[in-house]
Amino acid sequence: MNYIDSSLKVVGTRPIRPDGVDKVTGRAVFAADTRASGMLWGKVLRSPHAHARIVSIDTTKAAALKGVFAVVSGVDFPEIASEEAFVGEGPMNFRDLSLNCMARDKVLYEGHALAAVAASTQAIADEALALIEVTYEVLPHVIDVEDAMAPGAPVLHADMFTSGVSPKPEKPSNIAKVVTFKKGDVEAGFKEADVIVEGSYTTQPVHQAYIEPHACLASYAPDGQVQIHTSTQGHFMVRAYTAKLLGISMSNIRVNPAEIGGGFGGKTLVYLEPVAVTLSRKSGRSVKMQMTREDVFRASGPTSGAAMTVKIGAKKDGTIVAAQQVLKFQAGAFPGSPIGPGCMCGFAMYDLPNVDVVGYDVVSNRPKVAAYRAPGAPITSFAVESLMDELAIKLGIDALTLREMNAAKNGTKTHYGPVHQNIGFTAVLDAVKSHPHWKSPLKEGHGRGLATGFWFNIGGESSAQVHVNEDGTVTAATGSPDIGGSRASIGMMVAEVLGVPATAVRTIVADTASIGFTFLTGGSRVTFATGMAATQAAEKVVEDLKRRAAQTWDIPVEAVEWKDGMAYPAGSNAGAFEPLDLAALALKAGRTGGPILAEVSVNAQGAGPGFGAHICDVSVDKETGHVKIERYTAIQDVGKAIHPSYVEGQIQGGAAQGIGWALSEEYIYNTKGQMENAGFLDYRVPVASDMPMIEAVLVEVPNPRHPFGARGVGEVPIIPPMAAIANAIRSATGLRMPDLPMSPPKIRAALDAAG
Amino acid sequence: MAKTYVSATINGESAEFLCETQQTLLDVLRDVIGLTGSKEGCGSGDCGACSVIVDDRLVCSCLMLGVEAEGKSITTIEGIANGDTLHPIQQKFLEYAALQCGFCTPGLIVATKALLDENPNPTETEARYWLAGNLCRCTGYDKVIRAVMDVAADMRGETVA
Repeated sequence: MNYIDSSLKVVGTRPIRPDGVDKVTGRAVFAADTRASGMLWGKVLRSPHAHARIVSIDTTKAAALKGVFAVVSGVDFPEIASEEAFVGEGPMNFRDLSLNCMARDKVLYEGHALAAVAASTQAIADEALALIEVTYEVLPHVIDVEDAMAPGAPVLHADMFTSGVSPKPEKPSNIAKVVTFKKGDVEAGFKEADVIVEGSYTTQPVHQAYIEPHACLASYAPDGQVQIHTSTQGHFMVRAYTAKLLGISMSNIRVNPAEIGGGFGGKTLVYLEPVAVTLSRKSGRSVKMQMTREDVFRASGPTSGAAMTVKIGAKKDGTIVAAQQVLKFQAGAFPGSPIGPGCMCGFAMYDLPNVDVVGYDVVSNRPKVAAYRAPGAPITSFAVESLMDELAIKLGIDALTLREMNAAKNGTKTHYGPVHQNIGFTAVLDAVKSHPHWKSPLKEGHGRGLATGFWFNIGGESSAQVHVNEDGTVTAATGSPDIGGSRASIGMMVAEVLGVPATAVRTIVADTASIGFTFLTGGSRVTFATGMAATQAAEKVVEDLKRRAAQTWDIPVEAVEWKDGMAYPAGSNAGAFEPLDLAALALKAGRTGGPILAEVSVNAQGAGPGFGAHICDVSVDKETGHVKIERYTAIQDVGKAIHPSYVEGQIQGGAAQGIGWALSEEYIYNTKGQMENAGFLDYRVPVASDMPMIEAVLVEVPNPRHPFGARGVGEVPIIPPMAAIANAIRSATGLRMPDLPMSPPKIRAALDAAG
Repeated sequence: MAKTYVSATINGESAEFLCETQQTLLDVLRDVIGLTGSKEGCGSGDCGACSVIVDDRLVCSCLMLGVEAEGKSITTIEGIANGDTLHPIQQKFLEYAALQCGFCTPGLIVATKALLDENPNPTETEARYWLAGNLCRCTGYDKVIRAVMDVAADMRGETVA
C-alpha cells in the first residue's frame, strides 16, 4: 500500500524514541559493556613501521607469562584466496581483509596488526605484547597519493597490476584501478565554451571518529559454536566476514549486535572479531577486545584523501557545455577507495551534455580506508562546487542562479548512465531562494557560500518481523543495527499501519539467528528498505487480524474494516458487532489460527536520490587565520520525514562532520610514515564551542517507491559543507582555498601570499 | 600486585572496593563495581564520555585513579535519575532528540548537571564552552544545546517559548 497522500497520525510526529530512556540513564549496553564467564582480555600488537617485511615473530616469552592464555599471529589464520566480496559497503577483497586483520609477510602501515594475546587482565595482556619479539626489515614507504603514483615509488603489493587499462601493465604499481566515465564529446564541448575555469584541489584523509572505539566479545565453544557481541553497522556482515576469514560455517556463528556508539560507515568492516574468535578458540575462553583511541585512528577507517583537477566550460549565459575531472584517491594499504562514487557524484547535480571523468584508486602506507558517510561524494563535490563558485564569479552570475540554470531534473541523463527520476533538486534550490538566510544582507566582514550535494541512497535486502503479543501489544524486530534512531522511525511506520500510537510498538534489533538476512546499515538505506519490510509485515498482520475478526463474527473478510487499531464491520450490511481491538484479537489468537505475526524480507529497489544545498556565513580572523561559522543553513530533500527530529539530527550531524573536514581534521604524518596526531587532542573534531546552531530545512518531495515517500537522509548532509565554507571564505577574503583543511596556518599563509 | 582498599560514596551509597594502584576511576567503575554507564571514548581526557562528578567537581574519570576516590562522593550517570523518575535533564534530552547513538550521552548529561549546579542561568556561549569537553559526533550539538538551555530555564522555573 502507499500512504503518501493519506492523512497520517504517527508518521511525521516526534515521539520519544524506544531506546531513549536506556541511553539517558546509562542502561544501554554497548559492546564494551558486555562480560562473559571466565572472560579474557585480548590485545593486539601493532606495527611501529609504515612498511616492513616481517622477518620473524617470536612469541615464546609472551606465551610463557603467567596469566597469558593464548598468543596468535599470522600463522594462526588461514590463507585466503583473492576473491571479491560483496558483503560490506564498497569494494572489498576477502584476502585483503584477512591480511588487514592480521599481517602475514609484510606490515603495510603503522598500526597494522601482526600478533595478539589473550590474558586474564589488561595489564598482563599489555605486558605480554611487550614480550613478543619481532624482527623487521624496514622498507621504504610512501604516504601521499601522488607520490605513490610516481614512477619509482615503493610498491606495496608485488602482484598488483593496474586494472581498467589496456594493455595490462607489465610492472606492478600502487595504482589498483583506473575508472572512466564519459558522456558526449568533452573536447567539442570545451570548443563551444565562452568561459573555461580550471582548478586543482586536495583533501586530507579524515576519520569517522565515532566516539565509541571498536569493541567485541567472542566465544568459541568446544562444539564449534561461535558467539560474537560486537559494535557494528552490520551483524550479518560480521558473520559473513568472520566465517570466510576463519573457515567456519555461517550456521555456527551467531552475532549479537550491541548498541553501536556511532559508525558513519567506519563500522562496515571487521577488525577485531576474527582475532577475538581465534584467541578464544586457542585459549578455550571468551575473549573481549576493545581498541584504544590511538588504535582507532591508526588502524581503522578513515576515508580517502585525494588530489583532483576539475575543468568546466560554459556559455556566457551560464549554460555549462563541458565538464572534466581527474580524481586520485588514496585507498590506504589495500585497494578499495570510494573512487567509483567519487567519479559519479561530483557532477550528478547538473544536467551536462559533455562530461569526462577519470579516477584512480591508489594504495599507500596508510590504514585501509573504510566507508564514511556518502563515500567519495564529499571529496569530489568539494572540488566541483568550489570551481562552480569560480565560474559564477567569472561569469558575473549569482551562485544560486548558475546552479538553477544547470540543475539536474527528472529525465536528466547522468554521465555514469542512469536517468534521474523522482528527484527534488529544483525544490531544494527553490527553498534556498526563499530562505531568510539567503535573502538576508551579509554582515560587515562576513562572507557567504553556497554549495550542493548529491547522493544515490540505496535499498537492498532487509527483513522485519511484527509480532502482536498475547496481550495485544506489538513488538517489531529488524536486522538493521540502529545508529541514528531507526528503531523510532520503523516503529512509527508499523504503528501507522496498525493504527496504534507510536508508543504501543516496541522495536528491537534482532541477532543473526533470530531474523532473516539484512544488509548492513549504510547507504542511507534503513528507513527506506527496512522500513519497507516492516511496513509490509505490519500490513500482513492487519490482513491476518481482519481475517481473524471475520472468523470471530462469521462474516466474509471483505466485510471487515481496519481502522484506528480495531476491526469494524464494514457498514451495516456486515452486521452489528462491537469492534475488536488488538488486545481482544490477541486473546482469541489460540482459536483463530495461533500466534499473530508476520515476517517480510524484501530486496528494496527505488531508493530516491537525495539532494542538499547548504548556505554558510563565515568571518575570518586575519590575525590568527581562524574561520568562524557565523550562520549555517542546511536544506535537503528528505522525501518524507518519518520522525522529523531525527531527520534534522542527521542533517545537523552530517553538516558538523563536514565542518570538521573543512576546517580542522587531518592525518599528520612524520617522515617515518607514523601518524603524529592519533588522539582527540590533536585530531580536532568540532566541539560544542566551535559550532553555531545548524538550521535544518526539510524539503519533502515524496519518493513514490516507498510506502510513506521516504528517502535516505543520512549521507547527503556531509557533502556540501567543505565547498560551502570554502566559497564563504572566498566571499569574505577573496582567497580561494583549494586544500583541506582550511586550518589557521593555511589561511594565514594564503593571506600572507596575497599580501 | 597488592590491591588497595578504597571506601567512597557512589551515587549516594557507601561503596567499598579493592583496586590496583594503576587502575583509573573509570576502570574501577566499569570493571570492578559494574557501573558501565560511564564510557571510554579516548582514555586521555579529551572526549568526556566518562564524565562523573566528584565532590561537586566535573572530572573525566579516565584521568583519575581509583585510589584517589578514597573518602570522595561520586555521581555517575546511574545516579542522575531519582529512582524511576528521570532527572529533568534526561527528560529534556529525550524530548529534544538530543542524542543519536547515545554513547556520549551519559557524559553530556553528567556534564550538564555539573554546569547547572554551578551556573543555573548559562548563556548559550557559556553552555557551549562548558560542554566543549564532551565530544558528540552524531548531533552537531544543536539539539543538545537547545535541550540544555530549555532545561536550565525549566529548572529556574521559567518557561521558554
